Amino acid sequence: MTLLAPVTGDRLVHRINPVAKIAASAAIGVALLVTIDWVSGAVALALELLLVPFAGVPLRALAVRMLPLLVAAPLTAVTIALYGAPSGEVYGTFLLATVSEGSLQLAAAAALRVLAIGLPAVLLVATVDPTDLADGLIQTWRLPARFVLGALAAFRLVGLLVDDWRALVLARRARGVGDAGGALGRLRFLGSVAFALLVLALRRGGSLATAMEARGFGGDGPRSSARVARFGAAEWALVAIGVAIAGCALAASLAAGTFHFILGPRG
Amino acid sequence: METAETGARGARVEARGWGWRHAGRRDPAVSGLDLVIEPGERVLLLGASGAGKSTLLHGLAGILGGAEEGEQTGALLLDGSPAATVRGAAGLVLQDPDTQAVLARLGDDVAFGLENQGVAPDEIRRRVPEALTAVGLGELPLDHSTTALSGGQKQRLALAGVLAMRPSLLLLDEPTANLDPEGVSEVVDAVVAAAGPRTLVVVEHRVEAWWPHITRVVVLAPEGVIADGSPDAVVAAARAELEEAGVWLPGAADAVPARPAGAPGPALLRGTHLAVGRAGRTRRDIRRGRPATPEQLAAAAARDVEVEVRAGRVLALTGPNGAGKTTLALTIAGLIPPVAGEVDASVELADGATRDPAAWRSRELLTRIGFVFQSPDHQFLTPTVRQELELGPHALGMNQEATARVVDELLERLRLARLARAHPFSLSGGEKRRLSVATVLATSPRVLVLDEPTFGQDARTWRELVALLAEQRDAGRAVVVVTHDRALVRALDADELTLDAPRIVRDGGFREREATISHDSPRRIDGVAS
Repeated sequence: MTLLAPVTGDRLVHRINPVAKIAASAAIGVALLVTIDWVSGAVALALELLLVPFAGVPLRALAVRMLPLLVAAPLTAVTIALYGAPSGEVYGTFLLATVSEGSLQLAAAAALRVLAIGLPAVLLVATVDPTDLADGLIQTWRLPARFVLGALAAFRLVGLLVDDWRALVLARRARGVGDAGGALGRLRFLGSVAFALLVLALRRGGSLATAMEARGFGGDGPRSSARVARFGAAEWALVAIGVAIAGCALAASLAAGTFHFILGPRG
Repeated sequence: METAETGARGARVEARGWGWRHAGRRDPAVSGLDLVIEPGERVLLLGASGAGKSTLLHGLAGILGGAEEGEQTGALLLDGSPAATVRGAAGLVLQDPDTQAVLARLGDDVAFGLENQGVAPDEIRRRVPEALTAVGLGELPLDHSTTALSGGQKQRLALAGVLAMRPSLLLLDEPTANLDPEGVSEVVDAVVAAAGPRTLVVVEHRVEAWWPHITRVVVLAPEGVIADGSPDAVVAAARAELEEAGVWLPGAADAVPARPAGAPGPALLRGTHLAVGRAGRTRRDIRRGRPATPEQLAAAAARDVEVEVRAGRVLALTGPNGAGKTTLALTIAGLIPPVAGEVDASVELADGATRDPAAWRSRELLTRIGFVFQSPDHQFLTPTVRQELELGPHALGMNQEATARVVDELLERLRLARLARAHPFSLSGGEKRRLSVATVLATSPRVLVLDEPTFGQDARTWRELVALLAEQRDAGRAVVVVTHDRALVRALDADELTLDAPRIVRDGGFREREATISHDSPRRIDGVAS
């Protein structure tokens, strides 16, 4: 929980409307999903790396968050290099695996994509505070407040549920039913704790809903917002950066002649 | 109080033959209620559990819901208008400190109600600090985390959220039931300071702290008001009903005679050089003899604790919140391993098992050490009260007949017989507490450890618990209680181990605690030097 708490700070990037961060990441993601080639991925990733120092996320925090991607990217590459559709010169075969010029290119393209799409998403999401995100979703994207704030409040109960889980496990030990023998026993034990946790979560959710209702939540009148989710120059600038990176990546791949429309004919 | 609240005023409350039946229930929670509360009155609402106090408060707050949630009879009026139609006029503070903060930051949370009312942003920015100052939280930054507050602060925050909405009626539904004594006085003081001319209706079992501040007591029963008047007059007229209902009348706890303990028996458990914490070593670390890391030691909830649990005595673990009392109790009870130091069971208690309780199997704990958790909801595992009591004996392999004998006796002894087939979660607070103690007694452990057993309990359950624990003690068992309840320590003639508040060592930079043992063994254990 605490490991992935939002990175806070007072730089501009921390105050940018989270909705703009989602839009900027999405622009890059969509562009890189249109074509599958190594040039576009490499260009996008290179441009993103140049911007890392300005993203307001300490390198250590970034490393922790990028870890799953840093593991996933090479795994993807190896898998595709061995089992991807062979084309061009064949460098070697072993059982079902065939390493060819085409599969190596595809492997590089895929690994670069995982990183180039993942990096901006991780960078931008790291500085998103859930409350600010809710404000953005309600005010900028006009999603229903009832739904967004309900989800936001429920999200805050997660911390309590972690404590509940610990207490439930200790209580089972104290009650004489904590000896979970074997894999099946262990599974059954976890199942019963999970069910008890669900019951507790529903009860807590019920009291939270009462507290929210007692403060006028869910009434018929119009709702105001104490915090203004702006969508101004900084937000447009961030979206523009995202679109620019996407554009450069596509332009480079067209210029290099490697552009390969993902839904296009195989060749 | 420098309230900038011009225009704060009190509402007039009127119930005319009012009643409410929750959908799906046979009997109404309240029926035929006739009651008038004049503007500015400060009313304490008393009554047995199930008397409809919360239903009335929810009705006044306008959150009972529409026809699909229940059926209303008569009228419930705020300043002449039906209460359900004038949301915002009444502000409600509830019991559970953990589920009242809606948002993550202090200022945002206070603003939440105002946003729902559609108050303009500029006005919100003015009212938020004003409300926080009124409840004594004005010193904290507006972006302070709402989860990082103490229980008393959380309840004061809930009060601020309500005050900001400028209600003319303040409704408090057991706002201090989940708080330690310090938290109780914090909240009562904040309410008294901030209430101003508003009408105030408080539901609470422990009335002592409110007593000097209220002007009127109303005693409620499902069929209506059974006593009403000035505090002293009501106590004089309805003392018997109030005591039967478990209301804590002022001085009630002190009136219970202490039960002197006999001479201490043999030590059953001994903790030496203990450091205790939740994020300590795992059982595997201990089996392999890995010592705690400096980080684990620094994060320990309490350190350098020496403790001895003796048969025939009650040991009270006391001290302020955050001193590590519960963590120490869990460690003594073999539920979590110590971060450093050792817990040793006597040969007699170990009874053939190893000497380290943390290494015992779950089933081995049953006859040796029983633990009653503060929140009963965490320890109930079955769908009926009867099965809950049978669980331990079954785990021990006791036959049906012997189990039935033990269970029937406990059901009688703890007044749970008529609830044998009820779901444990459907019980009242006092019934849950009695059941959670009974489940532990079912396997007759030599050592009983209870975490805040009297927290939020009514006076009647409290007296029963004292009698029960004294009886266990006198039967040669050892009892350990984590508690803030001075009256309990006195009534059980308990030895006391006081853990000191966490304090920050300036140059060392980490937290350090020291422990003090008093009563018959006045030893002082010094904290480690940094």
